Amino acid sequence: MTALTNKSALELAAGLASGEFSSVEVTQAHLDRISTTEDDFNSFITVTDEAALATAKDIDAKRSSGEDVHALAGVPVALKDLVVTEGVRTTAGSKMLENWIPPYESTVHNKVKAAGLPVLGKTNLDEFAMGSTTEHSAFGNTRNPWNLEHVPGGSSGGAAAALAGFQAPLSVGTDTGGSVRQPAAFTGTVGVKPTYGSISRFGIIAMASSLDQVGPMGRSVADAAALHELLAGHDPLDSTSLPDEVGGFLGAAQSSELKGKKLGVIKQLRGEGYQDGVRDAFTAALETAAAAGAEIVEVDCPAISYALDAYYLIMPSEVSSNLARYDGMRYGLRVEPEAGPVTAETVMSATRAAGFGDEVKRRIILGTYALSAGYYDAYYGSAQKIRTLVQNDFAKAFAACDVLVSPTAPTTALKFGAEAAADPMALYLGDVATIPANLAGIPGLSLPAGLSDGLPVGFQILAPAREDVKLYEVAGPLEAALEAAGGRVLDTLAEGLTK
Amino acid sequence: MTESSAITPEQVEHLASLSRIAMSEDELKSLAGDLSTILGNVARVNEVAGDDVPATSHPIPLTNVMRPDVVGPTLTSEQALASAPAAEDDKFLVPQILGEE
Amino acid sequence: MKYEDAIKKYDPVIGIEVHVELGTATKMFDAAPNTFGGGANTNVTPTSLGLPGSLPAVNEKGVEYAIKIGLALGCEIAETCRFARKNYFYPDVPKDFQTSQSDEPIAAEGQVEVELEDGTIVTVPVERAHMEEDAGKNTHVGGATGRIQGADHSLVDYNRAGVPLVEIVTHPITGTGERAAEVAASYVRTLRDIFRALDVSEARMEQGNVRADVNVSLRESPDAPLGTRTETKNVNSFRSIERAVRFEIARQATLLEAGEKIVQETRHFHEETGETSSGRPKSDADDYRYFPEPDLVPLTPSRDWVEQLRATLPELPAQKRRRLLAEWQFSDLEMRDIVNAGLLEAIEDTVTAGAKPAQARKWWTGEVARLANQEEKHPTEIVTPAQVAGLVDLIGQGKLNDKLAKDVLAGVVAGEGEPAEVMSARGLEIVEDTGALEAAVDEAIAANPDVVEKIKGGKMQAIGALMGPIMKATRGQADAGKAKDLILAKING
Ligand SMILES: [Mg+2]
Ligand SMILES: [Zn+2]
Repeated sequence: MTALTNKSALELAAGLASGEFSSVEVTQAHLDRISTTEDDFNSFITVTDEAALATAKDIDAKRSSGEDVHALAGVPVALKDLVVTEGVRTTAGSKMLENWIPPYESTVHNKVKAAGLPVLGKTNLDEFAMGSTTEHSAFGNTRNPWNLEHVPGGSSGGAAAALAGFQAPLSVGTDTGGSVRQPAAFTGTVGVKPTYGSISRFGIIAMASSLDQVGPMGRSVADAAALHELLAGHDPLDSTSLPDEVGGFLGAAQSSELKGKKLGVIKQLRGEGYQDGVRDAFTAALETAAAAGAEIVEVDCPAISYALDAYYLIMPSEVSSNLARYDGMRYGLRVEPEAGPVTAETVMSATRAAGFGDEVKRRIILGTYALSAGYYDAYYGSAQKIRTLVQNDFAKAFAACDVLVSPTAPTTALKFGAEAAADPMALYLGDVATIPANLAGIPGLSLPAGLSDGLPVGFQILAPAREDVKLYEVAGPLEAALEAAGGRVLDTLAEGLTK
Repeated sequence: MTESSAITPEQVEHLASLSRIAMSEDELKSLAGDLSTILGNVARVNEVAGDDVPATSHPIPLTNVMRPDVVGPTLTSEQALASAPAAEDDKFLVPQILGEE
Repeated sequence: MKYEDAIKKYDPVIGIEVHVELGTATKMFDAAPNTFGGGANTNVTPTSLGLPGSLPAVNEKGVEYAIKIGLALGCEIAETCRFARKNYFYPDVPKDFQTSQSDEPIAAEGQVEVELEDGTIVTVPVERAHMEEDAGKNTHVGGATGRIQGADHSLVDYNRAGVPLVEIVTHPITGTGERAAEVAASYVRTLRDIFRALDVSEARMEQGNVRADVNVSLRESPDAPLGTRTETKNVNSFRSIERAVRFEIARQATLLEAGEKIVQETRHFHEETGETSSGRPKSDADDYRYFPEPDLVPLTPSRDWVEQLRATLPELPAQKRRRLLAEWQFSDLEMRDIVNAGLLEAIEDTVTAGAKPAQARKWWTGEVARLANQEEKHPTEIVTPAQVAGLVDLIGQGKLNDKLAKDVLAGVVAGEGEPAEVMSARGLEIVEDTGALEAAVDEAIAANPDVVEKIKGGKMQAIGALMGPIMKATRGQADAGKAKDLILAKING
């Protein structure tokens, strides 16, 4: 840990702009931090030190020659290894793509490059983003910097651990059912799931297309807001990309107040079956918000009780189709059957048996079932109707308040192996609070709301679709109020991490 | 969980073949159990959603997103084939194909 | 059992699925060029290869062409429609699903008027026309036959992957009886002509731009329920379509006669033998698990757009026939002959150039056709509509009679110039000099007193006997009407 790695992205940006330090220094400090901590955290699948330093050098040169650069230029960032990077191995955390070097660029990486952010590397994730612990990576577990015995959450576990472990000041994750917000909650960081279509999915390896959304992550609301502004915007290569003008997130995060804001507590997500510590931290945060002038109301969203069920039909259905292309014919792993004839069909089956992990297979089989003739209407079709009901409930709720709030996850970070003991449904229940936003396409944000038994608790804010700015209008001042009351959550960790 | 939502290993075997994943007997059995549990829980979506509820396939309602018919950049065959498990004559080499589609 | 016997015993029902590749500049869902030729795997983008992270984007022109096809087939254009994924594993399908349309096609419920060889019109009911993408191309390497079976491996070129297709599916076509095979082939030919008229595809069968799958089933009688059908895939010429249907009808009838069941399956047609062979039976593997394509948003073609496109539609062959029939007042039989002779356009152009429809028809189907036949050419290859119109005009002016006109026509065909030029050059213009005509008439009357007696006696047809010598004397340039008037005037005068 150095003074540089402890700084927020905006502090780094300011220091770079004023010439206090160079991007090469900042980037090198983070690379050094990565090399001393990776054995513990395993946040990265691939570290791209040379490319990062080259970008840093380039930005330093531009700055010193007085060229106009992006406000975040020179501030390092880590990309979840689901983001396609031309010429740099992109694995999706799967053995299937262990050696895949993409011949094209994702829109997200193009934007990051255009803004001049050195990319430190590609972060670890549950295979194809399926999981909430990062235990399902083909590249080993990522450990939670708060306690190495605990998971960092998932699927963007590497992205979150890199932030909490001060390996990177900014991370890009993806969130299909909570994969940015839940690891943010588990690591005491900030994770945002923008409105569906806010950030281009072109070049983001698909898990469930109608639910996937790229999410900016940082150690503060303002950092996440700044990264969100950088990544968002219309992309003709993604047909679901919103045509909306984006911006004002950072401003909203920095200069809004809670006074007069109406926070709706979702009745269905206020804590039944949640860990006591989670409930207590959530309640305390609400009190802090109220003390700062926010009005707390309760809203009823009955359809949310079915959101998890609908999600576990829609998500695997889309997964089963999106992951069909990993068949050993064009790229990635190819495995021949151990016995019997070698045909396209048997090679596909052997490749997929060897290349996919158990959780991926489970979801593919489940999705194949849900889409099958005779079951479609009862499962996939009905799940799409639940989606409508969830949207209707949210619309009603947002008529009564500015944002909705809940704990981000029912628990703090679990110990490794906890899921092996649980039946799959018990495990899936961990996504109950985050999933509704993906189903409805609305934006959500998780910020730290204190500790429970030494592990961070996440506070989730939800806003109406295409009004992501409302997240920041509440999250910014709430973060300030919480830090004023109890100090910055990550500072507790930073003290312990100083090596 | 109702009887009807119990999935048999034979059903899983069919699904595995539909989705081109070779599976051992043990895998089939364990997946049959998992699927039964999951479906036993989620099947209730069928009871809540009435005929009067429209389906939502896309979370944000956009329509008519189209691109002009203008040629854009392409990959070279070298780029296309760089990650191919096997190639020959600038083409992807795949194992023999049985049957027809 | 032979086809001829089969269709006496059973009622055939056919169904046809036609795929047409659209002639857009780019593919349906990505901006790779939609062109043939060039190196393998060069007309590809990450999307055409189904690379991880790639996404589709709809080609507006592809949608426009699909709407035009739908309109030309008399379909309703959907107010809202979506793309769907058709999931199946195959090496030439890059994503292992085809982006297609399932229960929400862009066009539905139309009909196509198909004209058979003898002019009979059959109306084929169209169930739907939907948009989708083509697959890549497999080359089978090794193995004795070069076909799939016995091949060591295959080589895949994805240049064709993603090329826009419109698939047109008929309802079951009933009531065709013995003409089932002919109807099938004529239907596909009619579609081919429509695609060309719309300019949405080169529509070359031999290039695979148009491909047909033919469903055939038999039933005991027209009121019996439909029998089990087979689907013969990728039959790629009109003749093959006809042969494949004939073969399937005969084959199925033979099985039914023997008390056997028809297996629902796909079959392959073999050009060399004219036979079909079993492909694979319908099975659970045909569970395509369609669901709405989440990466593409719904299309809601505005009614304005649809009407604008409708206004650009060219007159289609069937419409034209109907219009001209009404305008020209020909009999159905006359019209049929014209269509069969391939003279509809020529006659229409001749009429446009000023000729009366009946005259235009008479010359094209008569003397022009005869001369063309001698030269083993099509009538339109030996004269132009303008020339025929010119000839008819000279007749109308009284400068030529039919006999002289034939000589002029022969000159035109021989390349001697336009009708008027040939007429003057050959000196064929009808003589206006009544002195010469009178002399010839006088001479004929004087030389044939017996004929004159008969005419006086009221046998008017005897005049014909005088016409020969008159025509001879005037070298055929006499106006027959005038000569006749003169004869009568002189005899009765
Ligand atoms: Mg078909
Ligand atoms: Zn098709």
